[in-house]
Order: sequence, then structure tokens, then C-alpha cells
Amino acid sequence: MSGPRRPLPGWIDIGLIPLANVLLAFFVAGLIVLAIGANPLEAVRIMLVGALGYPEAIGYTLYYTTNFIFTGLAVAIAFHAGLFNIGGEGQAYIGGLGVGLTVLALDASIPPVLLIPLAILAAAAFGAAWAAVPGYLQAYRGSHIVITTIMFNFIAAALMVYLMVNVLIAPGSMSPESREFAVGHLPFVHEMLGRIGFVMGPTPLNLSILGAALCCVLVWAFLWRTPWGYELRALGHNPSAAVYAGVNPRRMIVLAMALSGALAGFVGVNEVIGVHHRLILNFTAGYGFTGIAVALMGRSHPVGIVLASLLFGILHQGGAELAFEIPTITREMVVVIQGLVILFSGALAHLSRPWFERAFSAIPALRPAAAADAKGA
Amino acid sequence: MSPASAVVASTLTPEGVAPPAIELRSIDKSFGPVHANCDVSLSIAKGSITGIIGENGAGKSTLMSILYGLYTADGGEIRIGGELAHIRNPHDAITAGIGMVHQHFMLVDTFTVLENVALGVEQGAILKRGFAAARRELERLAHEYGLRVDPDAIVGELPVGDQQRVEILKALYRGATVLILDEPTAVLTPQETDQLFCILEALKTRGTTVILITHKLREIMAVTDAVYVMRHGRIVARRRTAETGREELAELMVGRKVRLNLQKTTFTPGAPALVVEGVGLRDSRGVKVLEDINFTVRAGEIVGIAGVSGNGQSELLEVLAGIRPLKAGRIIVGGREITPGSPADPAAMRTLGVGHVPEDRHRYGMVGAFNACETSILGYHNETPFRKRCLHDHAIMADHCASLMERYDVRPRQPYLKSANFSGGNQQKLILARELARQPKILLVGQPTRGVDIGAIEFINRQLIAIRDAGCAILLVSVELDEVMSLADRILVMYGGRIVGEVPGDTADERTLGLMMTNSWPGVARPDATAMS
Amino acid sequence: MLAGAFVAASVAAVTASAWLALGAAILIAVALALLHGVACITYRGNQVVSGVAINILVSGLTIVFGMAWFQRGGQTPPLPPDARFMPIEWPGASALHGVPLVGPVYADLISGHNMLVYLALLAVPLTYWVVNDTRFGLRLRAVGESPLAVDTAGISVAWLRYRAVLICGVLTGIAGAYLSIAQNAAFSRDMTAGQGYIALAAMIFGKWRPLPALGACLMFGLLDAIAIRLQGVRLGGFGEVPVQFIQVLPYVLTVALLAGFIGKATAPRAIGVPYEKEH
Repeated sequence: MSGPRRPLPGWIDIGLIPLANVLLAFFVAGLIVLAIGANPLEAVRIMLVGALGYPEAIGYTLYYTTNFIFTGLAVAIAFHAGLFNIGGEGQAYIGGLGVGLTVLALDASIPPVLLIPLAILAAAAFGAAWAAVPGYLQAYRGSHIVITTIMFNFIAAALMVYLMVNVLIAPGSMSPESREFAVGHLPFVHEMLGRIGFVMGPTPLNLSILGAALCCVLVWAFLWRTPWGYELRALGHNPSAAVYAGVNPRRMIVLAMALSGALAGFVGVNEVIGVHHRLILNFTAGYGFTGIAVALMGRSHPVGIVLASLLFGILHQGGAELAFEIPTITREMVVVIQGLVILFSGALAHLSRPWFERAFSAIPALRPAAAADAKGA
Repeated sequence: MSPASAVVASTLTPEGVAPPAIELRSIDKSFGPVHANCDVSLSIAKGSITGIIGENGAGKSTLMSILYGLYTADGGEIRIGGELAHIRNPHDAITAGIGMVHQHFMLVDTFTVLENVALGVEQGAILKRGFAAARRELERLAHEYGLRVDPDAIVGELPVGDQQRVEILKALYRGATVLILDEPTAVLTPQETDQLFCILEALKTRGTTVILITHKLREIMAVTDAVYVMRHGRIVARRRTAETGREELAELMVGRKVRLNLQKTTFTPGAPALVVEGVGLRDSRGVKVLEDINFTVRAGEIVGIAGVSGNGQSELLEVLAGIRPLKAGRIIVGGREITPGSPADPAAMRTLGVGHVPEDRHRYGMVGAFNACETSILGYHNETPFRKRCLHDHAIMADHCASLMERYDVRPRQPYLKSANFSGGNQQKLILARELARQPKILLVGQPTRGVDIGAIEFINRQLIAIRDAGCAILLVSVELDEVMSLADRILVMYGGRIVGEVPGDTADERTLGLMMTNSWPGVARPDATAMS
Repeated sequence: MLAGAFVAASVAAVTASAWLALGAAILIAVALALLHGVACITYRGNQVVSGVAINILVSGLTIVFGMAWFQRGGQTPPLPPDARFMPIEWPGASALHGVPLVGPVYADLISGHNMLVYLALLAVPLTYWVVNDTRFGLRLRAVGESPLAVDTAGISVAWLRYRAVLICGVLTGIAGAYLSIAQNAAFSRDMTAGQGYIALAAMIFGKWRPLPALGACLMFGLLDAIAIRLQGVRLGGFGEVPVQFIQVLPYVLTVALLAGFIGKATAPRAIGVPYEKEH
């Protein structure tokens, strides 16, 4: 078993070990590709070209990235408060419901300038409410938040099916979809670029990506620049010290979950008024779960989350290309990689540490740095 | 070190002809930088009751955990009945005939007594037969030693005294010939303690060797044949109980360090700043941890609370700081009356002018993952100048932190270094600096120098004197008697959740305090509501 | 469970042997359980993270391999009856069918299920017996409540927990095989459809005891059956009962239970806590 931890310099702890964990995940993924009889290097090439090789590919990649940033931030903010929110999927779904209901109710009466902000607010409010309930149950009734958020995913899914099939279905439609929104679409990026003379093919990438970027900055500012973010992180790192500092832990848990849910709810903005322009079933497509991998890989920091989201965006888009090019490989390869990343950078995060500790004490050239680091400590 | 430290166990010859039941030679154990056991040697005669006495943190429990295989020693050897023994885990210890009753019981609360006793020695894969045998054996043990417990009772529902019997039964059922009891009376009422001692006597007459770990002199005198005194991880003395007395043991246990030479000005107390009346508290099990606490701290006065750790001081500090809600009595501070009906949380306490340097700085005082800057405003993070509308002003925070580091000599002077990466002494100076910087009217200080190097101790003590002279009312809780004696203007002694005595700081002597702390001072005044204030 | 279902269907498709398929399902589920064990017990990783990782990993892997091997959009080929566990007709079932009351009960309710259904029903008293009446069960319950008590009693905490995880692997493997080669005749993507979580709900609902858990399972099964029956049926006064309301009941009930609104399910105290001996 692993012995007591030896201190390692920061650049190994923050830089090298996470990188090694991700590489390990990709290595295992490569073995799987090999096992189904394809060439992993060729697969990587196809994925990269398919995700970044031409403007439309980049458009798709960034569209996926947008969703992952939202859900990644959602998971991360809960992590900072010491909470594990697995309910991003359901919160995104309900957030989308909020968007859809707002637009369906008001698109005939309100101009888009007002409708879009309202829809965005609705996404945040619906997502926040859906997350705040498990948060409340955790804070005040001690119900395990992991289990309740999982349950809430299923409840959200069932609720959506019910509403889509029985209430919101467009008159005369055979498939469970709402009617198309009259107004309130977010502009597509290819349209905007087209207006300034840059022509590219249509992609689902829309204005939401700016929202995602804004959210990164806001989340960063909230966590590291506001007193509330300070209290939230204090609670996550050391609940006793948070109480000592005068934080009300229960209120903070509910607040953290509400913020987390609101961020997840923004996926609904991207999907519902950004891409589909109607309410459909299953538009969340597992983005909530990917958010867990993104947050773990990005170490719950907005910069890391952007990088991890980009990586998963590439994987998602490249994976689709890959499935097209090599028939033996399906898009679900991406899901596999996602699972492996969560496994290696989350659950097995301590796996590679002893190797580094051994390597570290074996290479004398590294040691003066360590001694200096220890003295600084 | 006192001359007594020259008397080390290994130089003693074993009593009698038979080899000692347990012999430890030069046991060493460190936890990181903490040297918990240092060259510990002792020898325990078969069929005797031997006490190991020392203050909290003296290394008694660590030593016994090594003997029981919970920890492995870094060096030294263990001999059982004269034979070299290799104890790598509790299983080895049990096989060697060692049983242990831990301070915190190792029982499965949802199980019955029978299930707890049989756990690990079930005699076969199917429980039924083993349980029948265990039931018979329990009956026999109950008969022989007076250890009566209903085998079908759920352990979690039993009173603490009965739970302890279950622990003893567990050990005996495993065929223990050596029984270690770690602070067995800490949770017992006096009546239960007497019953326990009867059981120990019964065990002794039937040949069981008993090792009793405690910090209570009264118990040592009541039941042991011989006693080892530990201090700072070392054995400092061995005595036959018949040939020693409470005074001598108290002195050995507390140690005779030189008082730090503090330039203390004369004490000029002002108006009452903190008034505590009838404060009581029960823990989650319903056991009283504080009972009818009354005292007053005046401006410009340091009131020290002396006591062996675990007698309610920690809980008292937490109640006064607002961390634990007040359940009984009232506190008057900063012109406000705090009662169970109108409580104050830690933030409210701070606005009333109460600063708090917590006992356990890692648990309460700081967030290890925060940088020094962030730790330097913990608890004051909503106040100006750190908070400007919705944002923290990091430039001001960094300046503030840098100036605290400068004034209180916190090293290294890096406001952006993670708090966990500072040494204990520097962490403590930073926390003290933070609390003092807001110029509190009342300062609650717990163990200000625990785990702090000598240089920092002196510095911290001087700072405390300085703010007292500036008119701050200080309540100081420490298990270091020297510290309380050199700093406090008045000393209150706590025992069993009550204040059992008061001594003026300048006339206090270790012996009297040591005896009061173990509640064996004949003249201890029973707590009286009016006498204290 | 999903992996078990997939592997069982694949092996059954290739070897045409239901028993080999069951064995393979158990093997793969045990392997995944071991992975979970290594992560959580040996490397003291977070159980939830590990569980989520394995769930996501397998939901992808089954489809990736399914496509690679069978090219049917993630499905396995339909199985012939002799490669599945088919309903077993109990002796005399058709003969007794005519006897009032006893006949239909015997013929339709008791007889006519496949092997694995009986196995599942047998597993309940077996689990009950193991947990309550054996040494292993005693230690298992103890380690969930207080690993320290188990350690000081001289028993290895890690080995006990590994065995628990392994048993979990065997059972979920059988569950997966049941889905794909007994209840259905092929594997289809994500065919477990949250049934592993329903099991979690059933366990909480059964307050961590095997017999009440069976009750909860029967209730959830009943809800499922009602949901299917009620599809499109109008109840007087209510209009059409939305199927989703019934489908979602297990989850809602579980949340309510966890929140302490319906009784209180007390989980073993040390659940989910890695055991660290020396800090």
C-alpha cells in the first residue's frame, strides 16, 4: 500500500501528474482502438483533421465546447463547495425547459431584444431551482447529494417526456417536439461572419459561446474575487474553518448548488434558442456527465475547464468524423475516452503519484529544487 | 530535564524471577516532525496493575498503539513473557494475548453485545455454533469477574460504562492475558469508575496483567502497583505506587520548566468585558461537557484556564466564540446579552469585538488551501477595507497581509504562499496577527503555543501581554501549566466541565494547580455561582 | 450490469451457449468491480467518481465493441432460443392449468419463468442468510459500520471490502446476462436504462435489508408493469394517467425517503469512506 506522502514540487503536482493521468487515459483508449482492429495513430489524425481541419469542423467543435464549458463550470463550482453535483444533466434539461416555456409563451408578444434575456434568465432560474432542491435536502435534511442529484436526473427526464408528449407537442406533429419558435433565436456565428464577408458553411455554433466565455470570467471572479466565493471555497476546503469564519454552511450549500444548476441550465440556452429553435427530447445528450470529466481534468479552474472543454469538443466532433471514416469505430469511442479520463484523473488520481515520488527521489538533479521548496514551506 | 529522568526503566531489574509480562526496549516513533515516542523502555510484571501517567500528548496512547499493532515502531523491540515479539497488526497482538480497551470504543454500535464480542473470533463460518459458545463464555466471565452485560442488548443503546465492559469482555474472550486500558475513566461517572476498579482488581487476582493509561493521579494511587511517568515522548520516572505520592507524581508529570522570563507590568483591571453566567452544554450523546460555568474577564486582564485537556475547555471556547450554540446560561459581551433565545454566530461575535485564536488552528484557524493573504482575513472577509461592494480588494488584502507578516515576523514573507506550507509557528503568528490586527476588546486564545518553536513562543507571549496592557480582556486556555502561570493574572482550574478552583496568577504554584487539575486537592472549592465573579 | 449484458449477448451470439455467456458476463462484471475496488480501496479514490467513470466508460465501450464486432448500430445479433435462458415449464403445469385457483397460480405465476428469475428469487434468502447468519456476513456488516472496530479485532478491512465488491460484480454480471439473454434476445445500447440506479433506490427503500429490498423491487416492478398496462388507458375522472408519473415514482419515493419524509433509512455509517490507518 502507499506509504506516507512525500512532498513534491508544485510543477509536478499541478502540471505533470494531471498530464500523466490524461495521457494514461488516452493510452488505454489507444489500446482499445487497437483491440478493435484500427490504427490508433491514424484515428488521432482523422480526429484532429475532422475537428480542426476546416472552418465548419471548428464551428462544430466550438459548439460542443460551449456546452462543456457550462457543465464543467457547473460541476466545478459545486466541487469548490465540497459538493459532488452529478445532476448537471437534469439541470441542463430543466434549464432548457425554462427557455422553451418562456419563448413559447411570449414569442408572439415580446420583441427578441427582451425575449432573449428573459429566456436566459429562465434557463438560470429553472436550472438553479432544479439543483437547489437536492442542495436544500443535503443541507437541511442530510440526504446524500450524489444520490438525490442522480434521482433528479431521472425525474427531469421523465418530466420532460411527459411534457413533450402530452403538453408541449406541436399540434399535428407525430414526433414529440414543440412548435418552432417564431422569434428569439440566437444568431448563428456563420451568419454573423457571413455578414462581415467571411463565408463558411452552416454550423450549430451560435452566440452562446460568448456567454460561455463570459461565464468563465464571472465564475473566476466570483470564486476568487468576491466574499461569497471566498466563503464558498472556505466551506469546500475546510467546513470547520468556514463556520469559525462566520459562514452559514447550510445557506452556502444551497447557494452553491443553485449557482451550479444555473450554469448547467445555460446548456439549454445553447441548445434550445441557439440550435434547435424548439423544444425537443434529449437535447442534453450526456453533456452533463461530460462536465464531470471536464471539471476533473480542468482541476475546477476556469482556465483548465476551457482547455478541457476544448479537448472534449475536439473529441466529440473528431469522434463523429472518425465514425464516418473508419466504420469499425463509433462516436461512442468519445464516451469511452471520457470515462477513462474520469477514471484516471479522478478515481485513480493517486495511481501515478508513487511513480513520480520514486523518480523524483531517484534523480538527484531534481532534488535541490525540492529542498528549496521544502524550505520555502 | 528533571533529575528524575535519569531513572530509566531499562536500568531496573525485573521484579521477581519470572520474566516480565511485557518489556519494551528503546521504542521510537515519529509522525512527520513530531517525535511521539523517544527511546521508551519499560517492563511490566506479570499479574500487576501498572499505570502509565502523563499529560495529553506525552506519547502514552502512541506507545500502547504500538504495543497493540495499530502503529509500527520506527525502532526498538517488544518482548512478551521474555520472548521477542513481532507485532505488525492487531491480529498479532491478539494472538500474543494482548487486549486493548481504547479511549474511543472500537465497537459496532448497531450490533448486539454478543456480535461485538464474537467479531473476529467467530469459530467457524456459520455463526450459530460460535454464538452459542460465546454466550456460554460470556456467562462464565460475567460470573467470574462481575462483568454483567445483557448479551442481546444493542451496544449503541447501552450506557457508556456498559460499553466499556463490552470492550473488556471482548479482550478477555480473545484470551487476553495482558489488558491495556487507555484513559478508561475519561467517560465514566465516579460510580462507574469504582466498579471498573473492582473489575481490574478481580482481573489481577486471576493473573491478568493490566496496563492503565491515565492522566488522573487519583486513579494511579487507587489501583496501581507501579507507575511510569511520561513527558514529551519519554519515560521520565518509574515509581512503586506505595513509595510515591500525588505531589511527587504531579510534579513529574507536569515537569519543572523554568518560567519564561516575561516583563509583566502590574495588573490594572478595568470594567468587566466578558461575563459568563451559568453556561452549560451537553454533547450529542447527552453527556454534560460544561456545567454551570461562571466567571468574568475584565479589560486589561488575562484570565487563564488551566486543566487537563478534555475537561471542557475546548467546548467553553467554542461556545464563547459562537461556534457552538449556547444552550444554557448567558454571556454578556460588548453591551449585548447572549442567551439561548438570542444566540450569536461567530460573525456576530466578531462584530461585538471578540477575537478568537482557536485551539486547533488546522481545523478552525485557517484553510490550508488558501494563500496567506486569504487566511489573513478569514472571519473578517466581509469587512472594510477588504470588501468593496461585491468584490474583495486583493491589493489591500496583500498589503494587509504583508504588513502583518512584517509586524509579527511571519516567514517567509510571501502573501501568496499556501497557508499549509508555512511552519506551525508561522501559521500561529499569522492567525494571532489577524485577530490582533482588528484590536479586539476581548480575545479568546486557545493553546497559543502548541506546536510552536521556542522563539515564536516568547514572541507570542509578549504580544499577548502587550494587548492586555492596551486594555484587551484575554481568556487564555492552555494545557501548558507554565504558560498559564506566566501569563495569567488569575487562573481558573477546570475539571469535568466545571470550574473547580481559582488562584491568583502571582501566587500560583505548580503543585497546587496540578492537584486541582486532577481534582485531588483537598481544599478545592466546589463551584459556587457567586464566588467566581 | 451493462457490461454483463453486452458480454453475455456477445458470447451467446458467438458460442450459442447461454451458460458460457453467463460465465463471461460474471467475469467481466467482476473485473469491473475489481477496478472499482482497486480505485477505491487500494488507491482510496472517490467512490462516486470511480462509479461514474465506470458507468460512462462501459456505456461507451459496449457500443464501440458492439459496432466493431457486429456492425448493427451497437446491437448484438438476435439470439436463437437455445442460446438464451428460456422459460422453464414446471412439471404438470399444463395439466394443472384447469384446476381452479391453484392451477393458474401454479402454471402462470410459479411456472414458466427462466432460470435466472428463480436464481434471483433464491438470491434473496441466500443473501439474507449470508448477511445475518455467517461469519462473513457479520464482518461485512461490521466493516460498513466501523472499519476501525474490525481492524482492532484483527481482521483485514481491505480484504473484506474487496470480497464485498467481488460479490457485487457476480450479482450485477448475472443481472446483465438476464437482461440480454433471458428477458431479451439481444443487447441494445444502454439497455440497462438506469436499472442499476433503481436497484440503489430499492436498497435504500428496503432500508439496507434483503427482504424489504425484495419488497421494494417487487413494488418497483409492479409500478413498471402498471405503467405499461396504463399506456393509453383512460381512468374515469382523471383522464389519461401519464405513464411517466408512474415510471418516475421509484426515484421520487427514494428522494422522499432520503429526505426523511417517509421513515428514515439509516445507511451504514462508514459507507463511502476510504479506510486510512496512519495519517
